[in-house]
Amino acid sequence: MKQPEEIFEYLKQKFGEDSIGFEAPEVGQPWIEVDASAVKDVMKFLRDDKELRFDVLMCLSGVHYPDEEAVGVTYHINSTQLKHSLALKAKAPIDNPFIQSVESVWKTANWHEREAWDMVGIKFKEHPNHKRILCAEDWEGHPLRKDYVQQEFYNGMPTGDN
Amino acid sequence: MMNLISNDAGKKMMTINMGPQHPSTHGVLRLELDLDGELIHAVRPNIGYLHRCFEKYAEKVGEYSKVIPYTDRMDYVSAMNQEHGYVTAMEKLLEIEIPERVEYIRVIMAELQRIASHLLGIGAFGLDLGAFTPFLYLFTEREKVLDIFEKTSGARLLYNYMTVGGLIKDVHKDFKADTAEFVKTFRPKIKELNDLLSYNRIFIKRTANVGVLPDKVALNYAASGPVLRGSGFKWDLRKDDPYSIYDRFEFDIPIGKGEMGTLGDCWDRYIVRVREMEQSLLIIEQALEGMPDEGDVTEASPRRIRPKAGEIYARTESPRGELGYYIISDGKGAPFRVKARAPSFVHLSMLPAISKGSLIADLVAIVGSIDIVLGEVDR
Amino acid sequence: MGILDKKYHDSNIIIVNLESALNWARKNSLWYEQFGLACCAIEMMATAASRYDFDRFGIIPRSSPRQADVMIVAGTVTMKMASRIERLYEQMSEPRYVISMGSCSNCGGPYWEHGYHVLKGVDKVIPVDIYVPGCPPRPEALLEGFIKLQEKITGETIIEKEEGSSSELEEVSQAKTA
Repeated sequence: MKQPEEIFEYLKQKFGEDSIGFEAPEVGQPWIEVDASAVKDVMKFLRDDKELRFDVLMCLSGVHYPDEEAVGVTYHINSTQLKHSLALKAKAPIDNPFIQSVESVWKTANWHEREAWDMVGIKFKEHPNHKRILCAEDWEGHPLRKDYVQQEFYNGMPTGDN
Repeated sequence: MMNLISNDAGKKMMTINMGPQHPSTHGVLRLELDLDGELIHAVRPNIGYLHRCFEKYAEKVGEYSKVIPYTDRMDYVSAMNQEHGYVTAMEKLLEIEIPERVEYIRVIMAELQRIASHLLGIGAFGLDLGAFTPFLYLFTEREKVLDIFEKTSGARLLYNYMTVGGLIKDVHKDFKADTAEFVKTFRPKIKELNDLLSYNRIFIKRTANVGVLPDKVALNYAASGPVLRGSGFKWDLRKDDPYSIYDRFEFDIPIGKGEMGTLGDCWDRYIVRVREMEQSLLIIEQALEGMPDEGDVTEASPRRIRPKAGEIYARTESPRGELGYYIISDGKGAPFRVKARAPSFVHLSMLPAISKGSLIADLVAIVGSIDIVLGEVDR
Repeated sequence: MGILDKKYHDSNIIIVNLESALNWARKNSLWYEQFGLACCAIEMMATAASRYDFDRFGIIPRSSPRQADVMIVAGTVTMKMASRIERLYEQMSEPRYVISMGSCSNCGGPYWEHGYHVLKGVDKVIPVDIYVPGCPPRPEALLEGFIKLQEKITGETIIEKEEGSSSELEEVSQAKTA
């Protein structure tokens, strides 16, 4: 069982300091920052390496950071064999919101990434089915963005309280 | 909607829509099926018909404590477990100590809710396959659990009972007697359920060898709860990543063994739920014994909930699997982001993989054995 | 006492007007279409189970809208689902009734303020006869809703209205374009 700081040192040796960073907030859990273009390689390594063996992707969430004008994805992964967990983040600027898809590493990322596209507007490269999943197909906008304004009518029905 | 598509082999395939209004899909789920006669070539689940904007509400509602009624309504069948997950995550973020009495009451409520949820899941599963009697018998038992909840919290289904740091009020004065009475009368009912449904020849023929899920595939799809345990993988968050006071209780983790067919089929997932109910009764008995009689349940709830900037992902074992809450706080009184990782959402994405090559009637059994609740899938 | 409880002296021929007979038959065998959307569906199932029995009123669940008299809209109606509800309502044959069960289908419920994807009340797409409040309503409340519907049916008439009489569907389409 490894702590996040140990895993960070291990990853730094393999991938170098440019792609990997470490952040620890005041309360709660620390995370490892990954460059948006190195995501798939890092995840594959985390899944297959004998010392780490992260076989389950517990959660993948899309987040909008209005202060940094960026959108990001947070990955929470877990190893059932070695009993350790890790949180990772990848960010992309809001005018070029592309992040690599990890669907080929863990199949469960398929639907989670579709939801991140639907809610926050993050585009995933090489995703097999990049469509909206929760909102209606012809919905306008990405609801979980902080500056989202809901459309007034949808197919003739009022969305507001009128 | 039907259209005939001919593929290269000269066979004609039909695309048929199942849902969103369908008696056997456990809610508003739409399945697009590519069929060759009755044989399924592909299934494409379409969700979002119950998308109720829970995550937007968590950001806009203004306070951390006002999110709790909305967590109830996500998985409406097991509302106490949803609340338990959220308050566990918040208490880890705020780093506060919870009084003993509150922990014991929460565990008893969570286990009672687990039993009620499994009763409904099993009853609906039997109803889909045509067995009407177990549905009625199990609902009678479920009403007894809902009576206990109603006397304590005032509501039958959506309670708003747990708060960050405690509970809104103490249990009613006959709580221990009522719960002990329920445990005593419920044990023989599990045997009755086994006689009625579990070892019934027709039920076994409909569920054994159907929807086989190997455990490696299950882990790659992040399965958890009875779905993962039905494939023979021993993993329960109450033992493997303990939260609250679950490490004080002695109980077993039932797993599927392929008794009636292949390991990881519908029957295995079903029997794991039945055996889990027995283990929940053991936990409730131990908790009733160890519960302290004195203690204020509201003393540790902070008047204003304002965590410092940070984030946390905390997971609990809900009756459907691993329920996770990812909460980001930016130091203000309202959450910056709340994401609920719902087990039914994750399990439903596995459906195309395990139902290829089965018949439509088998698909009904598979969807029933995964036990989804659409409120959770769509949030 | 009802018609069937009495004892008659002379013969077994009863003369009653057609309206009363039709209304009596319709209100005592209301078959509902199983249309549970969300949490209220669980309370609907509980009402149909043994403790708060529906069957003693002659109310049984049917899976298809073509075989149903009543549609109980139990749960939140979202934008994606609204067009399907309209289609199901149009598939029911007349006389047909709609009971809106629960806060969400009455007026949007707890999702009235920031719910971008929630339709604030199912009466924006189909005409509703009875509103049952609650979140979720108790089974007894749903039973009272049905009894009120039975009272409404007792007062129905088969005589056509005089001036400006229009069918139900015409009224709905006029209301939508207004």
